[in-house]
Amino acid sequence: MTVAPEKSAELVVPEGHVKLTIDGLEVVAPKGELLIRTAERLGIVIPRFCDHPLLDPAGACRQCLVEVEMGGRPMPKPQASCTMTVAEGMVVKTQHTSPVADKAQQGVMELLLINHPLDCPICDKGGECPLQNQALAHGRADSRFHETKRTFPKPIPISTQVLLDRERCVLCQRCTRFSSQIAGDPFIELLERGAQQQIGIAQEKPFQSYFSGNTIQICPVGALTSAAYRFRSRPFDLVSTPSVCEHCSSGCAERTDWRRGKVMRKLAGEDPEVNEEWICDKGRFAFRYATAADRLLRPMVRDADSGQLRESSWTEALRVAAEGLAKARDEAGGVGVLAGGRLTVEDAYAYGKFARVALRTNDVDFRARPHSAEELEFLAASVVGTSPESGGVTFRQLESAPAVLCVAFEPEEEAPIVFLRLRKAARKGRTKVFHLGQWTSPAVDKTFGTLLPCVPGGEPAAIEGLFFNSGTAEAFEALSGSGSVILVGERAAEVPGLFSSVLRLAERTGAKAAWIPRRAGERGALDAGVLPNLLPGGRQVTDGTARAEVEQAWGLAAGALSAEPGRDTDAILGAAAAGELGGLLVGGVDPYDLADPELALRAIERAGFVVSLELRPSAVTERADVVLPIAPSTEKSGSYLNWEGRRREFGTTLDGTGALPDCRVLDTLAVEMDADLFTQTPAAARANLERLGATASTRRAEPPAVPAPPAPGAGEDGVLLATWHQLIDNGSLQDEEPNLAGTARTPVARLSAATAEQFGVVAGEQVTVATERGSVTLTAEPADLPDGVVWLPLNSGVSRLRRELGAGHGATVSLRPQARGGNS
Amino acid sequence: MTNEVSPLTPVLTKRWLSPRSWTIGTYEQLEGYTALRKALKAHPDQLIQLCKDSGLRGRGGAGFPTGMKWGFIPQGDGKPHYLVINADEGEPGTCKDIPLMMADPHSLVEGIIITSYAIRANFAAIYVRGEALHCIRRLNAAVKEAYAAGYLGKDILGSGFDLDVVVHAGAGAYICGEETALLDSLEGRRGQPRLKPPFPATSGLYESPTVVNNVETIASVPFIVNGGSDWFRTMGRDRSPGPKIYSLSGHVTNPGQYEAPMGTTLRDLLELAGGMKDGIPLKFWTPGGSSTPLFTAEHLDVPLDFEGAAEAGSMLGTTALQIFNETVSVPWAVMKWTEFYKHESCGKCTPCREGTYWLTQILQRMVRGEGTPADIETLLDICDNVLGRSFCALGDGAVSPITSGIKYFKDEFLALCETNAVSTGKHALAGAH
Ligand SMILES: Cc1cc2nc3c(=O)[nH]c(=O)nc-3n(C[C@H](O)[C@H](O)[C@H](O)COP(=O)(O)O)c2cc1C
Ligand code: SF4
Ligand code: SF4
Ligand code: FES
Repeated sequence: MTVAPEKSAELVVPEGHVKLTIDGLEVVAPKGELLIRTAERLGIVIPRFCDHPLLDPAGACRQCLVEVEMGGRPMPKPQASCTMTVAEGMVVKTQHTSPVADKAQQGVMELLLINHPLDCPICDKGGECPLQNQALAHGRADSRFHETKRTFPKPIPISTQVLLDRERCVLCQRCTRFSSQIAGDPFIELLERGAQQQIGIAQEKPFQSYFSGNTIQICPVGALTSAAYRFRSRPFDLVSTPSVCEHCSSGCAERTDWRRGKVMRKLAGEDPEVNEEWICDKGRFAFRYATAADRLLRPMVRDADSGQLRESSWTEALRVAAEGLAKARDEAGGVGVLAGGRLTVEDAYAYGKFARVALRTNDVDFRARPHSAEELEFLAASVVGTSPESGGVTFRQLESAPAVLCVAFEPEEEAPIVFLRLRKAARKGRTKVFHLGQWTSPAVDKTFGTLLPCVPGGEPAAIEGLFFNSGTAEAFEALSGSGSVILVGERAAEVPGLFSSVLRLAERTGAKAAWIPRRAGERGALDAGVLPNLLPGGRQVTDGTARAEVEQAWGLAAGALSAEPGRDTDAILGAAAAGELGGLLVGGVDPYDLADPELALRAIERAGFVVSLELRPSAVTERADVVLPIAPSTEKSGSYLNWEGRRREFGTTLDGTGALPDCRVLDTLAVEMDADLFTQTPAAARANLERLGATASTRRAEPPAVPAPPAPGAGEDGVLLATWHQLIDNGSLQDEEPNLAGTARTPVARLSAATAEQFGVVAGEQVTVATERGSVTLTAEPADLPDGVVWLPLNSGVSRLRRELGAGHGATVSLRPQARGGNS
Repeated sequence: MTNEVSPLTPVLTKRWLSPRSWTIGTYEQLEGYTALRKALKAHPDQLIQLCKDSGLRGRGGAGFPTGMKWGFIPQGDGKPHYLVINADEGEPGTCKDIPLMMADPHSLVEGIIITSYAIRANFAAIYVRGEALHCIRRLNAAVKEAYAAGYLGKDILGSGFDLDVVVHAGAGAYICGEETALLDSLEGRRGQPRLKPPFPATSGLYESPTVVNNVETIASVPFIVNGGSDWFRTMGRDRSPGPKIYSLSGHVTNPGQYEAPMGTTLRDLLELAGGMKDGIPLKFWTPGGSSTPLFTAEHLDVPLDFEGAAEAGSMLGTTALQIFNETVSVPWAVMKWTEFYKHESCGKCTPCREGTYWLTQILQRMVRGEGTPADIETLLDICDNVLGRSFCALGDGAVSPITSGIKYFKDEFLALCETNAVSTGKHALAGAH
């Protein structure tokens, strides 16, 4: 056999690929690839404005023109390389080799600039502006335009957080395409035509989107700016640090830009596996909480004489804390640890280890929200330890799944980037999305989804009936397709039997189940063993082999770790309230997030000794004996585990502020108590955790097997409450950001027309929802809920259900129209 | 063959002068709906072949072979097919489709039914320029009559073929005559051209296979069915066969619509129209609307068909002959046209949106007498940066009057600059840098 000549041997054209030439270089490209991308792979950058790899091509700006020859014949006009796909034998000449392409590009650049203001010195985009950069690289030095520029009054607010300077806009349609294609919020549109064409919003209808900040980032000029950042700094004055979002369990890559010790803005980082190039507005704008005036900077101890908290030295605070905790541990029934759901893996690990080593207890739980024993079993059997490497569900798998069922999970509100992936998958027509919920929320529409309606608490019964019910058999069938996924959210813990039903459905259909908690730290805390039944790495407390591994790694005496699972959050609080627990160590937990805030407050009051680790004062602070300030995520390093179980590591953004991460505080506190955690730094904590490795134990946790209860009813006079968190709400991590708050969805009470009529409630008027504890009054809005159900946002505006009603998803509440004064 | 004026038997316009020509009664007396009966007996593919054989080319401006366009519609694809009639008639100077629909709407309706049958469409829409209210009423009446007579609706003439037709009023944007912008507008969106591919033949109205044809194109179809392709080819020239409605406007004695075979010259058409008004000599004219480069008196004998116009450096366009005598200033006319394009540019792409904005201002300034010779160079360079760089053909058309106006009448532009230099002495100030 003869050896093929070098050249063709180099460029084998695989199936589904073509060979073409760009600027004299031969290249093989997959069919369907856009010329602009093929060129880029060769290092040939063609200037562009409207092109964006994640948006459908528009071909609007005409900046990317190149000359193309097909079958030996030059095409008569230059072609837009952002809309033309590669073809076999194509010969492409870019601005580098074609005078025609070069002139075409220069011409477009000049035309783009004639109506562009000479704003650069005061424009936010100056210094990072594609128009500025490309004008400098490819444009002419002076202008031939001596006529009158088009001007607009500036700026106009598109929403409370996005401002538009229309005369800067190059009409590339990136923002409108993002809104309609990616986010599904087409509130921002092109208006008028010709040179008067402009971006705008419908009258009286602000651009309402949880993703609006992305339009600011992808705008290739300074036409869209952030109300919060406008005129605050110049890009070249900023230092950029890669970071990870601290808000939800998506774990988005971000870039934090800061100056003189202060974070100025956050941008979406690029991570094709996770957030692609998008983040939600909470992730982008909600960071000023960390610099709120009431931030705790010094430790405090409660003065024995005055009973008031007073600032103290670290030495004193740690000593008092250590003594108090040791006493409670040894003499008053023990100490419970409430770690909270927003910790890094490293900090979470320190809490778990502190509980076991320094406090010698399994009474530790990260779940600062309603929870259940069934959930514990579910997490131990099906979630802990899963990761992309071990075949767990990933963002990418959502995109290729034939069907996805969301159970007790509201993707747009709880994990917005999961929502974007679901929408992307559904928009491509590959994935069918089903939502087991109460009403057709915006996310149902925007994922082209199907609502499988049920009453709150009726989710398990609905799942069990999926196959048998003619209306839902389609969903069952779709879920039986290979690669299908069931996503279950945090409020599943409020529905007895739901986790068990989800697992049974997964077994019957072959679909994979994944858990998507709402908070960034929950998944990491699970794997770090911050639960009463689990040690790090999913090791069960009841498993002797597993315990021995941990005892050995931690340098504890054999048998030092208790084989008895500890108390969960509710039980810890119950015990403390009953005087059975002498002390509490509380991480960033807000009592008003808990199922029963009254019980929580009583427990904290009652506990003999309370240590609080906090960023800012809370209801715990008022009742704590020692308050230890800790660092916000920007002032420490660490990692989150996102819902996929993917590690999201980040470095310190603001160094040297003196703020200490929880793991460091706990490490020092442990030393005071004669225990060693080896968690002085996040890196040390990580190393210590990694030393544990995977368990050798073969014992598997038993999945929960709670029988599905029949769908509940609310009785004659009541209705069932359906509720979940809205993305932008009263959460304290959104404090200090009024522009963001302005885009929150208005809290309303939703109910069916029949239910409204039954209770004499009129749409558009006020309705009061009450329990024995209290009431919440909101405007009634009709929606397609099952009869006998009312939906309220969990923690938006006045609708603070746990605080006011002491109630959550599935509770029975009463309903009455709010009498209007003077109306006979 | 028919290069000289033959006393032509009108085809497309033959019923126009009959009493109440727009009613179904008159239409049926004058062979109306006979072609339909014939067509429904044929196989749809035979009709597509017939149309290909006839050599009929689109009358909306681009001259695309109509039979070939129909043949692009995928058959047996399980999707609905649509026929959309482009009755937007926006090209400046064009006045043929509206008179046709006013005088003989049933010829269009009959053509629609035959075409829909050929491409297997059960729904057709006529997209009419919204200002043409009277015409919309005529069309609606004709469609209603056709329904009543069983030519539209279910099981047409017992053939088993169903067709519904709606008349849709546009909102009066020139760009909505561009076929993909028209489809967006018809779907209720902003009328802006779509990216091609996919072409309407595979993904048109509501992402389904769609044929978009001009009114005159489709009104020609019944005649081809009745007369046959050979008969059709006896008119016009080999590559541009058939009859054509030329609209003459401007400084002619009798402006109006003149039907003549493809390839007829302006000289002959002027004769039909009674010559130049008041005997003032011809200076310049458009062969097919303002988007086609200007001709001058030198071009009186150019055969007006697709090839003839192209060989002489212009385009046949919509055969809208706007005729100007020696009293008209070319820069002024060019400025007026450019103002039109600036007003009508949809704004989607940079070259057309910004180019027309800039060109208009330069021309206005020159006409005010504030131009310089350098402005002429700038005009030509901007045109070069717009032509072939825009997203759709509107941008290309926009620069035609300027480049051709300067090509033939540069002196007039220079003369304007002279006035400037003489009267103000500001020669070097405006636009010269
Ligand atoms: C800016 C622009 C305006 C147009 N306006 C019209 C019009 O008013 N009527 C028309 O029939 N075609 C118009 N066209 C041409 C159509 O895009 C299309 O080619 C035509 O309707 C096809 O029909 P035909 O093949 O029967 O000519 C226009 C094209 C452009 C670029
Ligand atoms: S505002 Fe920005 S992103 Fe939107 S069209 Fe204008 S330039 Fe493009
Ligand atoms: S050339 Fe561009 S701006 Fe002009 S009409 Fe076409 S798409 Fe719109
Ligand atoms: S980048 Fe290609 S047309 Fe805008």
